[in-house]
Amino acid sequence: MSMQSDLGRVRGLGSAKSGSAHWWSQRVTAIANLPLGIWFILSILAGHTADYDSVRAWLGSYFHSTMMILLVISVAWHFTLGLQVVIEDYVHNRTIEITSLMLIRAAAAFLSVAAIVSVLRIVFAGA
Amino acid sequence: MVEFNLPANSVVKEGKSFSAPAGAKTPRKFRIYRYDPDSGENPRTDTYELDLDACGPMVLDALIKIKNEVDATLTFRRSCREGICGSCAMNIDGRNTLACLKPIEDIDGEVKIYPLPHMPVVKDLVPDLSQPYAQLASIEPWLKADSPAPPDGERLQSREERAKLDGLWECILCFSCSTACPSYWWNSDRYLGPAVLLQAYRWLADSRDEYTGERLDMLEDPFRLYRCHTIMNCTNTCPKGLNPALAITEIKKMIVERNI
Repeated sequence: MSMQSDLGRVRGLGSAKSGSAHWWSQRVTAIANLPLGIWFILSILAGHTADYDSVRAWLGSYFHSTMMILLVISVAWHFTLGLQVVIEDYVHNRTIEITSLMLIRAAAAFLSVAAIVSVLRIVFAGA
Repeated sequence: MVEFNLPANSVVKEGKSFSAPAGAKTPRKFRIYRYDPDSGENPRTDTYELDLDACGPMVLDALIKIKNEVDATLTFRRSCREGICGSCAMNIDGRNTLACLKPIEDIDGEVKIYPLPHMPVVKDLVPDLSQPYAQLASIEPWLKADSPAPPDGERLQSREERAKLDGLWECILCFSCSTACPSYWWNSDRYLGPAVLLQAYRWLADSRDEYTGERLDMLEDPFRLYRCHTIMNCTNTCPKGLNPALAITEIKKMIVERNI
């Protein structure tokens, strides 16, 4: 039982004075995903019948490797921000909430770094 | 976690039924949520059949008729009966609105009346609004300025400055919008909700207010402001035709503007 006033409870610990960076990054990465996604789909459509060596050469090129790494960063970032919102909305157990937020970030970090390392291996394999 | 089912003691049961008086020409059924915390019983829906020929045109007229002539135990809030006090906000035909502004003839079939969703119920159609009232107080909805008012008159605004308050000052704080918002349902302990955020923007948009920065500091919070996901139920349901979602977007834009 709490005898705290409604206003005291609503004010709580005060404003976090953050949240705008999250909101803004989510919108910027959404816009960035659009050209990167179109590039990716067009590339797959054009190259899905190509043989192994020509795909390696394509991904090893300056432009396409850069685009691929940007796509990985932007999608992973957007994914992390989006899933964070879902968890904050629906998970009200503090321990589960914070644990799942950390797990999502860890998974996104691992998968995106692994993807970037894979691209770099192809880029520098020929160097 | 979010609760998708009602707790066992909140499940709504079938209640009493009152038929229309003999010789009613246009009978119409009203199904109304009833809950009495003192009885220890589950909430129920009672059915009242009225003769619309002997009743005023609005849903509030029917509620008053039921209370006066059929069942005096029916409890609801009302005051002005002309959409300016915000007391009779309730969920009618699946949508939050003011009973005094909702014509019965706009509704097909049975008229289903429930209290505002996802709030504690005090009794029948009366929700406990202490939380949104405290949230309103927390945004300090009054003019704050360090410059003294002119000694010979009020603080002046240009016509353009005054026009920025249109669509904001009309809010009557019925909380139809906040209680229609899923984000407010899940996180009302921390999210301020559309009604309070529209009020917050009403003071941010006021050219006479000098505390814009402090107000934005207070709002910039992942829960207080950014739980709004532009679901738009608020704008959709507002019985005064206002646009709380737009006001929230304006607040978000102001915060981005001072950051970049």
